[in-house]
Amino acid sequence: MRNHRDIKERIIKLFFSATSVTALVILVGIFLFLFITGIQAFGQITPAEFFLGSEWNPNAYEEPKWGILSLIIGTLMITIGALIMAIPVGLASAIYIAEIADSKTKEILKPVIEMIAGIPSVVLGLIGIVFLSPLIANFFGLNHGLNAFTSSAIVGIMVLPTIISISEDVLTSLPNEFREASLALGATKWQMIRMTLFPAALSGIAAAVMLGLGRAVGETMVVLMVAGNALAMPLSFFDPVRPMTANIAIEIKEVVKGSLHYETLFAIGFVLFIMTFIVNFISDIVIEKEMRKYKW
Amino acid sequence: MVTENKKQAIYFLFFKSAAFLSVLILLFVLLYIFEEGVGAININFLTNMWSHRDITQGGILQAIVGTLFLAAGVSIISIPVGVCTAIHLNEYAKDNQFNRIIKLAIRNLAGVPSVIYGIFGLAFFAIFLKLGGSLISASLTLGCMTLPWIITASEEALKAVPFSFREGSYALGATKWQTIKRNVLPHSFSGMLTGSILGISRAMGETAPIIMVGATFFISGLPSSPFDKFMALPYHLFILATQHSSPYARQYALSTALVLVVLIFALNFGVFLWRYKLRKKKKW
Amino acid sequence: MRYIILISILLLAVLTAGCTGESGSTGNAISAGYSEDIEIKGSDTLLQMVSNMAEAYTVKNKNAKISVTGGGSGTGIAALINGEIDIADASRAIKKKELTQAKDKGIDPWEFIIAQDMLSVIVNKDNPVAELTIEQVSEIYKGQITNWNNAGGEDKEITLYGRQSTSGTYSYFMKKIVEGDYSSKMMNMEGNQAIVDAVRQDKTAIGYVGVGYIVDDNGNQINGIKIIKLSKDMNSDYISPLDKTKRADYPISRPLFQYLSKKPLKDSAVYKFLVFELSEEGQKIVKKSGFIPITAEDREHNNALLKKI
Repeated sequence: MRNHRDIKERIIKLFFSATSVTALVILVGIFLFLFITGIQAFGQITPAEFFLGSEWNPNAYEEPKWGILSLIIGTLMITIGALIMAIPVGLASAIYIAEIADSKTKEILKPVIEMIAGIPSVVLGLIGIVFLSPLIANFFGLNHGLNAFTSSAIVGIMVLPTIISISEDVLTSLPNEFREASLALGATKWQMIRMTLFPAALSGIAAAVMLGLGRAVGETMVVLMVAGNALAMPLSFFDPVRPMTANIAIEIKEVVKGSLHYETLFAIGFVLFIMTFIVNFISDIVIEKEMRKYKW
Repeated sequence: MVTENKKQAIYFLFFKSAAFLSVLILLFVLLYIFEEGVGAININFLTNMWSHRDITQGGILQAIVGTLFLAAGVSIISIPVGVCTAIHLNEYAKDNQFNRIIKLAIRNLAGVPSVIYGIFGLAFFAIFLKLGGSLISASLTLGCMTLPWIITASEEALKAVPFSFREGSYALGATKWQTIKRNVLPHSFSGMLTGSILGISRAMGETAPIIMVGATFFISGLPSSPFDKFMALPYHLFILATQHSSPYARQYALSTALVLVVLIFALNFGVFLWRYKLRKKKKW
Repeated sequence: MRYIILISILLLAVLTAGCTGESGSTGNAISAGYSEDIEIKGSDTLLQMVSNMAEAYTVKNKNAKISVTGGGSGTGIAALINGEIDIADASRAIKKKELTQAKDKGIDPWEFIIAQDMLSVIVNKDNPVAELTIEQVSEIYKGQITNWNNAGGEDKEITLYGRQSTSGTYSYFMKKIVEGDYSSKMMNMEGNQAIVDAVRQDKTAIGYVGVGYIVDDNGNQINGIKIIKLSKDMNSDYISPLDKTKRADYPISRPLFQYLSKKPLKDSAVYKFLVFELSEEGQKIVKKSGFIPITAEDREHNNALLKKI
């Protein structure tokens, strides 16, 4: 009797373990497909040309050019621009929600901020085209608003929920003893936050920012609609940019599978994948360490 | 001390404004889409097939149906796997190398850009498995993307069941599976369901993955098999905004956006209400 | 123990993948072969017109199911070569490189001309410039002329709008007009409509679009833009693409193609749809969409192929 039940338990346990492998299989699958397809591009292009070449023009009049530097810079400009806009607002909001707001306000604010994450990126892109980019063009006296600045603004809005909710989690997980000790020594609330909580939460907040960075790097639809997508190397925030994500989304439709162009796009995809993987990996480790440190 | 208090007041005002700025942004987006989009909404718009030659005569039925089919496909593919994975992680998994790798994989999957899922779906489902551009390719692709969200949401639901429930069950001599089946799952069921609905609602708004695996500009009927191409709300909206030549295209893009946003937020709001009511009922 | 589980699951996954591969392909064959389903993909220039045709056709033939998508001529032809679709819309002719790739994959593209286009150059309605030679347009798009005052206009820097490299219009314009590389500052827009919208908003803009995108249902010019009259050189007439009497002299007129993936069977849906497009009713839809019906020469080209079916 006992043996029978044991065997059944073991089978069930095995079943659940097996399903959990799916996530790993998918991740490895993505890695493999990107790598195996992308690496073949280097049979015909040198890595130096790929990573350091500043011109991407696969359909050039004469020789095709395969340099992704301007694409990488496009991605970086939008990411950094988005973070510059999102970090101050995000951190300030997180501090307010975690330390200052009363519980009723918290109950309303937290789901509202989560809902921003629920707005589809294509809808934000649409608002970008019909509303924000003409507004920015008028405000700054430009000919048009399809550039890195407009893209950063919208991507910044998209990463706000990530930065806010994770920073808020980090702050809330700090033990109350920190607050009590600081206040007992006569600090005001702001002094407590600034001098005790903030330094303790710093690495967790850094991790939150890194996760936001990862999201910004990976954003596709918004940039497809408002970044302008010109091939030239961008020289200012008001120039059109062509981030890696938009480039893949645009050109993947025209490639014949197996061609060099197809392989280079997968190579770019692989670069993107590694970038987001590293960012997520590091921030994961940091958050785990932080959470573990303060769960006395 | 006085200046410290004054400083605090200023900073706290700034922080409060920052937090409410986020609220303002959300409200602005929703109100803008509503105001601009509501003009073209009527029964025709929602229930008629798309008329290409005069878009004012037709409606976005195919896009709505396509999105609903996708939601169903993604649910079938990712919810069972996601829930079972969450059960494994929360109930069975020991803290060993294997499980740490699984958890790492899940968190990284959540961070992979949507366009990468798109090209993976294209290369694997559409080309390698020869499923072509179709509802099933798109459902599989979006399913992979939604999986980490479902796992995380289900894990949270399971974690919310107090350990004492399990302890009581073991004390009475139940096996692990009996405990899970009868003590843990019933109480976490609604949490897992609501979390999954949220995950699916996010999938409904995704555009980049489906562009490459089956979404089309125009299809003359409704999809009748999983191997058909389909229209979908986010892609339809994208095309109306960038490629359609009708003078009404922009208006219709905004109206399509409104339908999509209403759909997603109705689901989100419904989940929010449901959870609020549940929390009131629960005695722990 | 765990790793054994891992490896066996992976093996299982790979094996099942192999199996689904075989049965899945029949699904694809059904949708891209000799049934009532037609998959059309390709040129954004033809997108509106072919969608109109598909709609008109399926209203009469309710069994047929037609799906049409854009992405650019390059996209359509690539999909045709990949064996994914039945008809590729193209606003440019298939390249030699593409033909070789097609032959390598066992695809034999059949080329039909279904309409003519007067590719148009447009600027913002407030731009005083109204005429340009092809040479000037080429220099502007190469980035050699960067200010409107070097082309007869005001002292303003020119903003270039063009399509993406997937577009047949992009390729055609580059080969026939620019005859060189586009300036890297050119904005790569998603489609014809995106260019029209941009030119409407940007006072310093110049763009190129298919003529169907600059006329409304009645054949009148849409508002917000100005259509440039083009001439072959300084000594010839400047002609508007909307001028019906001088069509033969307009410098950038081009055929619009559809490529079939193989010889169509006489009773197949693809064949019937093609015949519909070339019929009087189909060509009326061409006109209503703002494009120009095929010429007698085009008909000869088509008939030579139609005879073989």
